[in-house]
Amino acid sequence: MALSQERLGKYNPEKPTENRITDIGPRHFWDFFPPVIQKNYGKWLYHDILEPGVLVHVSETGDKVYTVRCGGPRFMTAEYIREICDIADKYCDGYVRFTTRNNIEFMVTDYEKVEALKKDLLSRKYVSGSYKFPIGGTGAGVTNIVHTQGYIHCHTPATDASSMVKAIMDELMDHFTGMTLPAHVRISIACCLNMCGAVHCSDIALLGIHRKPPIIDHEVIDSVCEIPLAIAACPVGAISPDKTPEGKKTVKIKEDRCMFCGNCYTMCPALPLSDKLGDGVAVLAGGKISNRISEPKFSKVVVPWLPNNFPRFPEVVEVVKKILNAYASDARKYERIGDWAERIGWEKFFEKCDLPFTEHLIDDYRLAYDTYRTSTQFKFTEAAWEVSRAAGGIK
Amino acid sequence: MAFAPKRPQKEINYEEVRIYTEEELHNYTEEELKNFKIKHDIPALEDLEKGPWPSFVADAKREALHRKKLAEGRTMVDKDVVDDLLGQLELSFNDGETHWKHGGIVGVFGYGGGVIGRYSDVPEKFPSVAHFHTLRVNQPASKFYKTGFLRALCDLWEYRGSGVFNMHGSTGDIILLGTTTEQLEPIFYDLTHELDQDLGGSGSNLRTPSCCIGKARCEFACIDTQDLCYELTMHYQDELHRPAFPYKFKIKVDGCPNGCVASIARSDFSLIGTWRDNIRIDQEAVKAYIAGEIKPNAGAHSGRDWGKFDIQKEVIDLCPTGCMAMEDGELKINNAECNRCMHCINVMPRALRPGTDTGVSILVGAKAPILEGAQLATLAVPFMKAEPPYDNIKELLEKIWEWWMEEGKNRERLGELIQRKGLPRFLEVIGVPAAPQMVKMPRTNPYIFWKEEDVPGGWKRDIKDYRMRHKR
Repeated sequence: MALSQERLGKYNPEKPTENRITDIGPRHFWDFFPPVIQKNYGKWLYHDILEPGVLVHVSETGDKVYTVRCGGPRFMTAEYIREICDIADKYCDGYVRFTTRNNIEFMVTDYEKVEALKKDLLSRKYVSGSYKFPIGGTGAGVTNIVHTQGYIHCHTPATDASSMVKAIMDELMDHFTGMTLPAHVRISIACCLNMCGAVHCSDIALLGIHRKPPIIDHEVIDSVCEIPLAIAACPVGAISPDKTPEGKKTVKIKEDRCMFCGNCYTMCPALPLSDKLGDGVAVLAGGKISNRISEPKFSKVVVPWLPNNFPRFPEVVEVVKKILNAYASDARKYERIGDWAERIGWEKFFEKCDLPFTEHLIDDYRLAYDTYRTSTQFKFTEAAWEVSRAAGGIK
Repeated sequence: MAFAPKRPQKEINYEEVRIYTEEELHNYTEEELKNFKIKHDIPALEDLEKGPWPSFVADAKREALHRKKLAEGRTMVDKDVVDDLLGQLELSFNDGETHWKHGGIVGVFGYGGGVIGRYSDVPEKFPSVAHFHTLRVNQPASKFYKTGFLRALCDLWEYRGSGVFNMHGSTGDIILLGTTTEQLEPIFYDLTHELDQDLGGSGSNLRTPSCCIGKARCEFACIDTQDLCYELTMHYQDELHRPAFPYKFKIKVDGCPNGCVASIARSDFSLIGTWRDNIRIDQEAVKAYIAGEIKPNAGAHSGRDWGKFDIQKEVIDLCPTGCMAMEDGELKINNAECNRCMHCINVMPRALRPGTDTGVSILVGAKAPILEGAQLATLAVPFMKAEPPYDNIKELLEKIWEWWMEEGKNRERLGELIQRKGLPRFLEVIGVPAAPQMVKMPRTNPYIFWKEEDVPGGWKRDIKDYRMRHKR
């Protein structure tokens, strides 16, 4: 059997259920494991990072597997995947793996092959000069950014993702190919608050946000939306029923209540929010997933908004670098960004990262009180003196 | 050991299934690519061809050229679909707004998920992406592949779609970006018949479960993450393909508390491998770490000079429970006090290993901010054995689903329902007693919702009887 080539293939629209196969699930994983992985399944004793991007895993059988990890664009074409396959066929007996963070892993059992594989990978560049397969993403550095669709394929984004990843990683190459940070740093991008990328527990998260309330498309709202659902979708009760002067059913919005979550637009296409001047990027920091040393924790908003300066987002890149540089020079070994910020205090975080603190960074949604300081244990920074001066406490 | 699929898997021999010839696959020269311009002006995107990180623009352009040079009739979707995709992206940069319309209901017969409808709102400018639907293809557990499968998928998707992928989507699926409504059924037919491969989840259903690399290549894995992930995926195919839930439901399987697939932050039902016996210690290897013979943390910090490894400072003092000490040259661990954070094991993987009496901790209700704010998963079951066919896990999951489907409001995630109804109610539903492990601290307010049966004599009282003792 071969893949079909007729316009509709072997599918017969007259008889859609004919020979239909459903509910067969994914391909079984075992068949896709290279022999060394099958043989040593559950027998791995330890691993070492031989150099950035190159791992060795050692089994109790004495077998070793060497992994060369490459950063890849999550958005990739058939042309690119075929090139991955060419490499995998040449060096890895036709097996390859992708990681949760969009990296590509080539595994070999023979150390002799590692150098040739590395050389081959690094020699492959686009005509414009970008690496196709940069090696790194291991240990105490910055690995590949997980991200969402953005303008490439989504209807609700407040920013673009693929371009922001490219802009940031171009500047953080040394951290991808090096391991000089106090601990690993996970950067994630989500293009709107729906966060299909769930970036809320990342060391550094970049999040597209809207800042203008929805525009109401009175002409069509009653025909394209279930108005009660759109009203119920608002978490702050800002949307209520209304009528147009012509008597058509529509909604009205208490704009001063809007927190720009976009949930109404998700429910109702007649309530678009996006706007060139309104939309932009919030920066969050200090989250983590791992249970190591401290508990997993949420990222905190440290910059409320930066402009969508396409295609290279210089303001966003600058903030990311500021945070990384302050962290690199100040944190202790094994300390994640969030652990560091908590040890020194968030007031010091803002001072050391040279980021302004504004009222936008103080929570006023649900559970906000949990984030307020209810002690006298704080450190003095310039921000504190400004308060003292404003309150008339000092000159 | 070996794992068997639920049914025999079709071996994919690319040579037998392929669509394109070698000549067609290598149909342009490096020189042509250098001089190649797509049909739209894309100065902002072209700026992203520079710089060291892999450029998705440069990649998309070679796909565009490759498609362009295929003969007429060798793609079922317009040949300049990638040109138009880039053109629309450039326009979005200029406008600061997306140009994809809101949704659209398309799918394959009998499924309510796996396909996401997508239409351009400027089809007159970019006609090739006027219809540009996504398919989610259920990835193999932990994303190992044979090249034959990938090459066949590339042919199928280049022929019947845009040839543009995400490897992989946020939930784990292989994402096929962009095809027409007409091609959805032919793609599904060949996926299932030729590639032995099904779609993943979307909409208000079980989303494609995912897992970490587990025992395939990690010494920390406490459970068979792939097997558990595969079993749950196969067992709940109906829930995955036919939306019947209040909202999406995600299952993720992490092999240890390091949490490489982020299940604790990203899944409604988070299974995290753990152990309940003692950390295994190789005292000789501990000595080797102390002596500096082995790099700590598998060499993860070797790019900077952090000084000589100091077990006291780097392991014992950083242990969150303070349950470790050096005594007479040996590392001692008070395992009863250990909270299995993995730090010591991460730092000294050749000396310390998780225990052998393993299972999962089950946490529930993680989600992104929409709507009540982001939630991390809450511990529901501290420890459960996780062995095939995982009936204990399935029973727990089904109890949760039954309650959620009964009580959950439209678009209410499990974590929000638990918040609305309270954790005590959830524990009642799943039939487990309350335990201090489930909370960071006991409640600080005394507003306890006592039930009538908690109180001797019940709640029915007679005011006359009360007034016998107390005048008005």
